Amino acid sequence: MDLAVQLAGLDLEHPVLNGSGTFDVIAARRAFGDALLAEFPFSMFVSKTITPEPRAGNPPPRLIETPAGMINSIGLPNKGLEGFLAADLPVLGELPVPLCVSVMGTSHGEFERLVEGVAGRDEVVALELNISCPNVESGLIVGEQAPETLSLLQALRPITQKPLIVKLTPNVADPASIARAAEEGGADAVSLINTLKATAIDTRTLGPWHGAGRGGLSGPAIHHVALEQVRAVAGAVSVPVIGMGGIESGADALSFLAAGAAAVAVGTANFRDPLAGSRIRAELETALAEAGVGSISDLPARTAPSTST
Amino acid sequence: MPPTADSRPRSDERVVAPLGRRACEVTDNRQTGGYRIFSALDAAGPEPRAGQFYMLAAAEHWGTRSGRPYLPRAFSVAEAEVTDGGVRLDFLVEDVGPGTERLASLRQGERLWVTGPLGRPFSHTSELNSEAAGAILVGGGIGLAPLAILRRQLADRGVAIRTLLGFRDQEHSGGVDELFGCCEVRMASEDGHVGHRGYVTELLAVLLEGDAARSAAVYACGPPAMLETVRALCLERDVDAELAMETPMACGFGACMGCAVPLADGGYMRLCRDGPVVNAAEIETALVRGSGH
Repeated sequence: MDLAVQLAGLDLEHPVLNGSGTFDVIAARRAFGDALLAEFPFSMFVSKTITPEPRAGNPPPRLIETPAGMINSIGLPNKGLEGFLAADLPVLGELPVPLCVSVMGTSHGEFERLVEGVAGRDEVVALELNISCPNVESGLIVGEQAPETLSLLQALRPITQKPLIVKLTPNVADPASIARAAEEGGADAVSLINTLKATAIDTRTLGPWHGAGRGGLSGPAIHHVALEQVRAVAGAVSVPVIGMGGIESGADALSFLAAGAAAVAVGTANFRDPLAGSRIRAELETALAEAGVGSISDLPARTAPSTST
Repeated sequence: MPPTADSRPRSDERVVAPLGRRACEVTDNRQTGGYRIFSALDAAGPEPRAGQFYMLAAAEHWGTRSGRPYLPRAFSVAEAEVTDGGVRLDFLVEDVGPGTERLASLRQGERLWVTGPLGRPFSHTSELNSEAAGAILVGGGIGLAPLAILRRQLADRGVAIRTLLGFRDQEHSGGVDELFGCCEVRMASEDGHVGHRGYVTELLAVLLEGDAARSAAVYACGPPAMLETVRALCLERDVDAELAMETPMACGFGACMGCAVPLADGGYMRLCRDGPVVNAAEIETALVRGSGH
């Protein structure tokens, strides 16, 4: 079956991507060798989030297992823009699939510097904007405020023609309103959901388990929350939606596509199975056939996501 | 040469894992003291280096009760033997939580998801300390597991080995006869049921007294407090040492970034990629919050 999809002008072989920060191809290549490139699990690779300056990440412990999932509190460790461009980008450019780079700044100026630095590179076909962070100028979390989201996109849109994908936070009452603001500001696509804010308590110390105090919940535990948010957002915008949240199987992926997503991303499942992406793609083919869908473009929700508000 | 803050292990001859996870048949599971040894036949896998680990999950009944366990569990390999049907991998497990409970209950013929071998192995003794007269292995509790395969691999290379093993009490001990039956072992136990009454690190301190320290290469695995004592003792006496550590870990191959261990010169390493074997001089502490659970 032809699983090819078009996403924000990008031709992708199939609709299964990775969630940002859930797969490090450079580390994975060290563990598994070049076989990883021959059997690459995703149709586009989304990098971990890059910030302007290097970050060490949060103190341990950074994660804990939960029923059907985990709470992570990693803190965006990364080499910073210059380190990323010099050390990582040339390696990521060797991947057999298109590369999307995720960036996060704490001001318009920082975001502009990141987009300028990354978008001009030939290895990069698209950018993901991680807006689950405070704008130090307003003190507000960008992705929790429609006006903040709109004004950030308006600042970044003129910088590049390359697709801008806005990663939405689920920690809002109405994600569709943020998605509409992103679209109005010129976003080419939105992706959701990021992790749900979550806390674990160390019952011996009665303090927080995580070194940074709290974290974000992911895995099958959030699957149906994500599905509802994707449904709501896909019905509210006309740009494509990348759906994610606890996808473990082809049937899970198909659920997101049926809810209006144009593509899906696998995150926490990668931790359990390094080739989860490949398996889910194969299962998706079967699931589509079993649902009597001849081609992925025949999915009705996908073709007209904006008509049912 | 004394270790310095920027010391890194001298070798990194890690064995690369086959891509992805694979189902292996459980071939044995038996009690050894308070622990269990279970074995799986890895038809596809390469022979691991001592110190490398595998991510393990039962292929069936993993997370079916209350949604846990969900993630696979990291296990250092205790022994590996090349056989006709592949590589037999031995693991040592103590039932302390939902993951280890399920792994401890595995029966012959059940399937186990296996990813690995992963991570950085122990260095050769001559690489750890070019003047080493021999190796000292220090194991605490179930941490003796990777020292068993290390002992064999070092012995195959003709390295002289002294082995020190410590246990809390009889209930929290096991594997000595099965994994170290071949050789002389000096024991310590906190309850005095076997060997020296006290900590295994006290045996190490005696061994490292005097001039012997400079010609020693120490390899240790055990609970965080024990590893921290070994680390401090070896740094204080300019002894080259490698520690096999553990932290909470979701993936084992560098993806989740959960397994942060603080470095002596600032920042963090990813234990799954840059460990689990670390040079005692490269880390800030072996007492990493969240590890040892």
